[in-house]
Amino acid sequence: MAKRRSAMTPGTPFTYLAAVLVVGITVVPLLFTVLGGFRTNAQINTSPAGWPKPWVLSNYTEVLSSSIFWRAMGNSAFIALVATALAVAVGSMAAFALSRYTFKGREGLYTLFTIGLLFPLSAAALPLYLLLRQLNLLEHALGVALPEAAFSLPITIVILRPFMHAIPGELEDAAAMDGAGKLGFFWRILLPLSRPALTTVAILAFVTSWNAYLLPLLVLSDPTDFTLPLGVAAFQTQYSQDTARILAYTAASMIPAIGFFVFAERRIVGGLTGSVKG
Amino acid sequence: VLDDEVFLHSLLHNIIIAALSVAIQLPLSIAIALLLNRRIRGRAALRLVVFAPYVLSEAITAVVWLLMLQPDGLVDQIFRAAGLGGAIQEWLADGNLVLYTLFVVITWKYLGFGIILLLAGLQSIPAELREAAATDGASAWQTTRSITLPLLGPTIRIWIFLSIIGSLQLFDLVWIMTLGGPANASSTMAVYLLDHGFSRYEFGYGSAVSVVLFVVCFIFALIYQRFALRRDTEGALTRIVE
Repeated sequence: MAKRRSAMTPGTPFTYLAAVLVVGITVVPLLFTVLGGFRTNAQINTSPAGWPKPWVLSNYTEVLSSSIFWRAMGNSAFIALVATALAVAVGSMAAFALSRYTFKGREGLYTLFTIGLLFPLSAAALPLYLLLRQLNLLEHALGVALPEAAFSLPITIVILRPFMHAIPGELEDAAAMDGAGKLGFFWRILLPLSRPALTTVAILAFVTSWNAYLLPLLVLSDPTDFTLPLGVAAFQTQYSQDTARILAYTAASMIPAIGFFVFAERRIVGGLTGSVKG
Repeated sequence: VLDDEVFLHSLLHNIIIAALSVAIQLPLSIAIALLLNRRIRGRAALRLVVFAPYVLSEAITAVVWLLMLQPDGLVDQIFRAAGLGGAIQEWLADGNLVLYTLFVVITWKYLGFGIILLLAGLQSIPAELREAAATDGASAWQTTRSITLPLLGPTIRIWIFLSIIGSLQLFDLVWIMTLGGPANASSTMAVYLLDHGFSRYEFGYGSAVSVVLFVVCFIFALIYQRFALRRDTEGALTRIVE
């Protein structure tokens, strides 16, 4: 890394100008939201730019003390955790079988999973809805979490399988020599060694679930069951005259995503750009 | 389904968004990535900021932009402050404009992703190659065109793939910002599907739309896989966890 960096050409003023421009365009809407929450509606109408004066705290205190906001946050967290846990648990087992066993039809099965990557949720929405209705899972958090886990499986398996495949067979032999069965090897050696890849897929599954809108929209109709994305959109419709309050609600619901992102940035970016070096 | 003009228009809107993404977002991301691929102060912070919109949900993005694009909202005020008051439009209410307004919002949300992806791709190109070209007397532009861009090929092809698949499935943003309106001017396939399948309880018809939506995505994926990606996908996906 150090070597590479020294080989990079230093930035020119033009580079900095471009950087400032890009950052500015990115940040303005975010600032508008966060600062807007500190204004009154009158202030937003007369001067939406600039610092709020005076700073108004009531929008934020009202949102943060409302049960509807915290419920949505709790629902989002519950659904995302269940979906992530399921996707990682089932996905790692599938990847184990697909990478460490040889059996007939293995490659076909793997191809089936990769095709799953291309299967859009919106195309599955209707049959999924009818299925959930039969299973009595409509209006239920699990009705969101289960399909989300299923839709996270392809990427989970596609990332995990080559990783597990690359772990040397000698380790498996050594484990067998020490008396570990196939499952012991999976649990004690393969999973711990796969941690970087497991973290990446867990984060991808979590973020996908956290931001999902379409599926919760179909499954959940009671506002107390809403997840944050649903909550934000519903809040916007409900208080359409009260811009300041919507902005406060939106800004508050950004915080978990941004916080999580700052904390896991390397993993997310790495997982998406394919540059994680385990 | 295929006889319904509204559906065909929705499909067309998906295609327009996809085409605009490749025609505008791609060159823009490449240009910015090339500019930023230098030693500058605050590189890490820059990465963080540029990537931030990508982790926000489309729902949040939609609400924020909806409010900024209100008549007399922040966008209009900025135009006025810049002396472009005459250029102000009804961004979301004008049927001829709404799709392009949505495209701008999509660009805001996803440009950072492209930049980060391309920056990672640029990092993997050995500096020696460019140095060698420079020693042989190639200009900066020649080096970029004949060395950097071809080597960036796999990254660019993956980006195009993800971008087009995303454009074909576009839903959240449109549903919240316009519900496909005004008068279906911003409807997409997924919006059409939800509108017919759920809002109007036409399950059978909705299913037909689902099948068409899936087939369109799938055919695109197959063709693209065959002609452009070939072994890139496998390389890119396995490289993730090298």
